Amino acid sequence: MKKAKALLPLIGVAILLTAWELVSALKLVDPVLLPSPFATFRTLWEGMTSGKLGADFLKTVVRTIASTAIAAGIAIPLGILLGASERVYRSVEFLIDFFRSTPASAMFPLFLVLFGVGDRTKVSVAAFGAALVILFNVAYGVMNARKTRLLAAKVMGASPTRVLFDVMLLESLPQTFVGLRNGVSLALVIIVVAEMFIGSTDGLGQRVFEAQQLFDMPGMYAAIFAAGALGYSLNLLFLLIENRFVHWAGR
Amino acid sequence: MNNPHPTIATRPAAVFDDSRRTAPHVTIRGLTKHYEDTAIYDRFDFDIPRGKLISVFGPNGCGKSTLINMIAGLVPMDDGEVLFDGRPLKQVKFGYVFQNYREALFPWLRAFDNIAYPLKLMGLAKGERDARVERLSTHLGVKIDLALYPYQLSGGQQQLVSIMRALIVEPEILFLDEPFSALDYEMTLFMRDQLQRVFMETATTMVLVSHDLEEAVYLSDYVLLLSRAPARVVEFVPYAAPRPRSDKTISEPDFVATKAHCLRLFQQEVQRG
Repeated sequence: MKKAKALLPLIGVAILLTAWELVSALKLVDPVLLPSPFATFRTLWEGMTSGKLGADFLKTVVRTIASTAIAAGIAIPLGILLGASERVYRSVEFLIDFFRSTPASAMFPLFLVLFGVGDRTKVSVAAFGAALVILFNVAYGVMNARKTRLLAAKVMGASPTRVLFDVMLLESLPQTFVGLRNGVSLALVIIVVAEMFIGSTDGLGQRVFEAQQLFDMPGMYAAIFAAGALGYSLNLLFLLIENRFVHWAGR
Repeated sequence: MNNPHPTIATRPAAVFDDSRRTAPHVTIRGLTKHYEDTAIYDRFDFDIPRGKLISVFGPNGCGKSTLINMIAGLVPMDDGEVLFDGRPLKQVKFGYVFQNYREALFPWLRAFDNIAYPLKLMGLAKGERDARVERLSTHLGVKIDLALYPYQLSGGQQQLVSIMRALIVEPEILFLDEPFSALDYEMTLFMRDQLQRVFMETATTMVLVSHDLEEAVYLSDYVLLLSRAPARVVEFVPYAAPRPRSDKTISEPDFVATKAHCLRLFQQEVQRG
């Protein structure tokens, strides 16, 4: 029974692949636009193992991780600082919400002027977007720390610094991880877009775009799947870390 | 003293001279507290006796919890003074048990480390902390796997861990704010007897806020009956049945009479408002 349940998600995948195979075998769509699943996955495999796709994939991974790391490094301490005092947070809340709502892609031209064409612009725009998402979540995590728990620490004689490190910080961890997962997803989106347009020579975004320009449809689909797999794995990675370190979340 | 086993020899109370043994433990003078326009306490005076378990009982909103919260420094008082053997709160080791054990314990620490946490705050070394938790656990005869996290324990077990965390510093006084009201009835009965055991073993002064009159009488040496706000003492009702008390106690004439007496006073108070 349990085994059967674990196999359920595969049903959707099977349906998609069958439909795709049918459509391409019956030539319902121009084969130039929609290659067969087999051709696509062969291209994906070859590209990842020996072709340029693997190198581009790695580039995107490095950029996404770098921007998330920078974002976390800035946003987590700042979020704790702002969240520790609700008044302080309320005074900057509008700014955070405003820039959080601003599409980070609208910031490309500004960052291009600041950092020039290259990795620094891509990584910093992505870090900017991710940082605001993480900041917002960390600050709320700290502000929503259970009152009783803070009181309990205080009544046991914990100093405000101890309360911050022993209670508030840990109380905010589940929400921090929500921020990190959203942050890394956003960073990936921004990195891929940046790789497509602003004078890039590598990365998954560039790969998708170039394949499309050359009308290499199997290559394009392969690059899209690679990007999807990357996004999914990053999310999964953060979930695994979360379950390991925040074992008490939701209990 | 009801306690046949004066086991915790290092109890802070033991260092005071004997004349203090009969003196009140906590003196409350001129306690005043307003919430918005309502006076909850207006120049309230009271003495908490030493080594006794007293229950605080009264109509809803009369400030039962506010009283112990002010004494324990969780809620600031507008005016007045609370002294423990003449000393302010800052110099006193005390314990506090919250109603909401789920939110009072730290879910990221194992039960053992939750209990040891106050000792960590006191700056004790790991070895010493562990030894003291082990000692307390053996002393109270606790049968819980303390290596588990709080969320892996039942409600009653979690509250027992909370009580142990409050006791680990060997407090002079223990405050309990409706400690069993979030538990089911079976667990409540079990926990009452656990608390009674702890009291008999440690003879710590205890102040218990309760909304359950049966529980208030069953557990205590005195029931402090409060009036509607601004609260004053309606009566400080003694109940001297020998310990350990059991379910048989509840049907004894003495218990029934005391409970009926408290209930009468309580209803008078409720109707007055």
